[in-house]
Amino acid sequence: MTVILSPLGEFEAPAGAAEGLWLDADQAAAASGWELRPEGLCRGDVCVPVPPGKAETFVADGKVNLAAFWRHMGMPAATSADGDVWALGEGADNRATELRSLKAPDFTLPDLAGVEHSLSDYRGKKTLLATWASW
Amino acid sequence: MWQKIYDELKDQDFIVIAVAMDSEIEAARPWIEVAAPDYLALIDRDHRVAELYNMVNVPQAVWIDEAGTIARPAENAGAYEGFRAMDLETWTMPDDELATTVKAQATYIEAVADWVREGASCDHLFDADKARAHTAVPDEEIAQAHCHFHLGQYLLRHGRAAEAEKHLAEASRLHPTSWNIWRQAAKKNETGLAASAEFWARVEALGDDHYYPPVDMAGMPK
Repeated sequence: MTVILSPLGEFEAPAGAAEGLWLDADQAAAASGWELRPEGLCRGDVCVPVPPGKAETFVADGKVNLAAFWRHMGMPAATSADGDVWALGEGADNRATELRSLKAPDFTLPDLAGVEHSLSDYRGKKTLLATWASW
Repeated sequence: MWQKIYDELKDQDFIVIAVAMDSEIEAARPWIEVAAPDYLALIDRDHRVAELYNMVNVPQAVWIDEAGTIARPAENAGAYEGFRAMDLETWTMPDDELATTVKAQATYIEAVADWVREGASCDHLFDADKARAHTAVPDEEIAQAHCHFHLGQYLLRHGRAAEAEKHLAEASRLHPTSWNIWRQAAKKNETGLAASAEFWARVEALGDDHYYPPVDMAGMPK
């Protein structure tokens, strides 16, 4: 089993045989929000074509190497030594654009009882978002 | 820290969301149980909020208005670094540094209260241009650091501590100004604080740089 930690959450997929993060196109879309289309890997109106001459590194037999695309798009990725866990992050440019828009990025986190709360649940109130730590 | 103003202002469409940058819920639990806040106390094992808001230390805070717009971007939430003058033998701070620390925190808390009461006429509000100018954004190394941190936290939770340590160290190497990343992974003393000799050496190495950057707010220490 391969675990994918992405901005959309935590996902599991069958382990691939080859190097990289090879996923069925629908798994890749669920884990990343990027869909495989004839024109390339796409999210909304944005499509990233498969680099010419390197198709086998990115797409094969209906599967997509999401890690290869991720890095090709300049987005951060890290993997465990035996490739069974992948962390795919949002790109710095996207984060910067979002922060400069001044729209507060939403998140969902648990309280001590395990109940999940989202920032957006409190729209309509002034919100002081404050961090602390036990350490 | 926030309970008093929350009590006073909770009827005025105001919420405090306190987020613990703690990889283990059980590390945060006793603190939250003692504080027993009425406001929201959430646990952020992967430091996701730090990633989203490009935060590097605690306490940091963001003011978010009723429409979900950032009114003051991530900033030091009124902490003053008087602790840098601490006598490590007696664990005491000079009186003036202690007084400045106490005053800085009170000033920040009062500014939050003023914002809740006065809304748009609060003097501490930034307009959009100023808010943008105060917004620190991540670069590619910081984005990559959060990836390694996230992976490291996952590996820690799944009993792969040795492998996790490498990714947490890489995260800190890529994002050396993040105290959140460094202290989360650092050795803790008997009271659970990442305040070892290594911590003090790291603080010392800041030289003229700040551990808690001054807050751009009237009445705050520089």
